[in-house]
Amino acid sequence: MSFDPVVRLADVTRVHGDGPQAVSALRGVSLDVAAGELVAVMGPSGSGKSTLLNLAGGLDLPTSGSVVIEGTPLVSLKAADLAGLRRRHVGYVFQDLNLIPSLTAAENVMLPRELDGIRAKQARRDALEVLTEVGLAEVADRFPDEISGGQRQRVAIARALVGERRLLLADEPTGALDTPTGDDILQLLRARCDVGAAVLLVTHEPRYAAWADRVVFLRDGEIADSTAVPLKSAR
Amino acid sequence: MAIRQGLLALLSQGPRYGYQLRAEFETSTGATWPLNIGQVYTTLSRLERDDLVSPGEQDEQGRVVYTITEAGRAEMERWFSTPVAQADRPRDELVIKLAMAVTARADVRPVIQAQRTATMRTLQELTRAKRANAGEPAQRLVLDSMIFQAEAEQRWLDHCEAVMAASPQTQETQR
Ligand SMILES: Nc1ncnc2c1ncn2[C@@H]1O[C@H](COP(=O)(O)OP(=O)(O)OP(=O)(O)O)[C@@H](O)[C@H]1O
Ligand SMILES: [Mg+2]
Repeated sequence: MSFDPVVRLADVTRVHGDGPQAVSALRGVSLDVAAGELVAVMGPSGSGKSTLLNLAGGLDLPTSGSVVIEGTPLVSLKAADLAGLRRRHVGYVFQDLNLIPSLTAAENVMLPRELDGIRAKQARRDALEVLTEVGLAEVADRFPDEISGGQRQRVAIARALVGERRLLLADEPTGALDTPTGDDILQLLRARCDVGAAVLLVTHEPRYAAWADRVVFLRDGEIADSTAVPLKSAR
Repeated sequence: MAIRQGLLALLSQGPRYGYQLRAEFETSTGATWPLNIGQVYTTLSRLERDDLVSPGEQDEQGRVVYTITEAGRAEMERWFSTPVAQADRPRDELVIKLAMAVTARADVRPVIQAQRTATMRTLQELTRAKRANAGEPAQRLVLDSMIFQAEAEQRWLDHCEAVMAASPQTQETQR
């Protein structure tokens, strides 16, 4: 690709813990995600998918190797600058959603904008706009425990979409949704991609991975295969 | 085969020419089941023999319009209300290949991996076709069916990989 990727991981290794308890969650993984590209990550439980996503979004730093977001190498950043870069450029949908139960749907979505110093009125307008985009305008003022699991999932996605963040990281965003609703979520991520976002999606479900431009298979912390390379014939 | 009943279902929407039936059959099944015009006319003449359709007069181009009969409607309704039996599926080459690879004590992991990548590519193509046909519910459902089947194969491959990784045979060939 001739232009810079939105995120680049180069020969990234992540060891959790040390001594005999040390776990190599990722070993020498290199991955680029370009603007407009949707990449899906698949692999068995414990293969390093969430670790990869956390590193790609600067929530965690590699033991070795480098992560570059929008041209900025993360190692060189002070903690406050890293936090700022994350807020401006990266949207996350966490495996366990992480909605704040004491805030309404709209307030949950407003939060990252307000942390960015946007005024409350503007932040609410932005929040309502994305909530409308994900089809949730009518539940904006309800609390997380007053809406369905699928609606909560979409609030978490709206929170990741708000603002002009170009890197979206989604860890199992289709959770326990029925398949047409899961398709709607993928439709949303795909639409963001088509207007220039880079999306990295972790999923166990082949039907959702199939929305991606490229599917990467992780095993034991390494990229075992990818749909981008020419198919090797079976032995 | 369901061509008979499929044609009856299309005719239940109104009288049709043979060539129209062929085109509509393909549209409804997302072009996954191409019919040739010969099959259509053979089927129509059997339906006529069984009094399930009735032909009209030939027009000046020699074309005949077919109309569904009462018995034809009853046959279509019987079809819709009868579940399809889990019939003898054609033998699946992939299943045989993996079974043989295990029996021959070959390393099955590369076989699984290559298949998983190939099946994922198929899934990606089906998903692209589905996105392109978003407004056509019949086609979408046909594509969804193929997506679910490819997905089942993917899950089965994951399962095979996990089972083989835990098996003593694999551990012995890997050491
Ligand atoms: N904070 C941590 N401390 C120690 N080990 C960790 C930590 N986080 C992850 N691990 C280990 O790293 C490996 C990869 O974990 P990771 O969460 O990335 O897997 P995953 O592919 O996301 O799995 P799942 O599909 O179950 O979510 C696992 O062996 C896990 O136990
Ligand atoms: Mg995980």
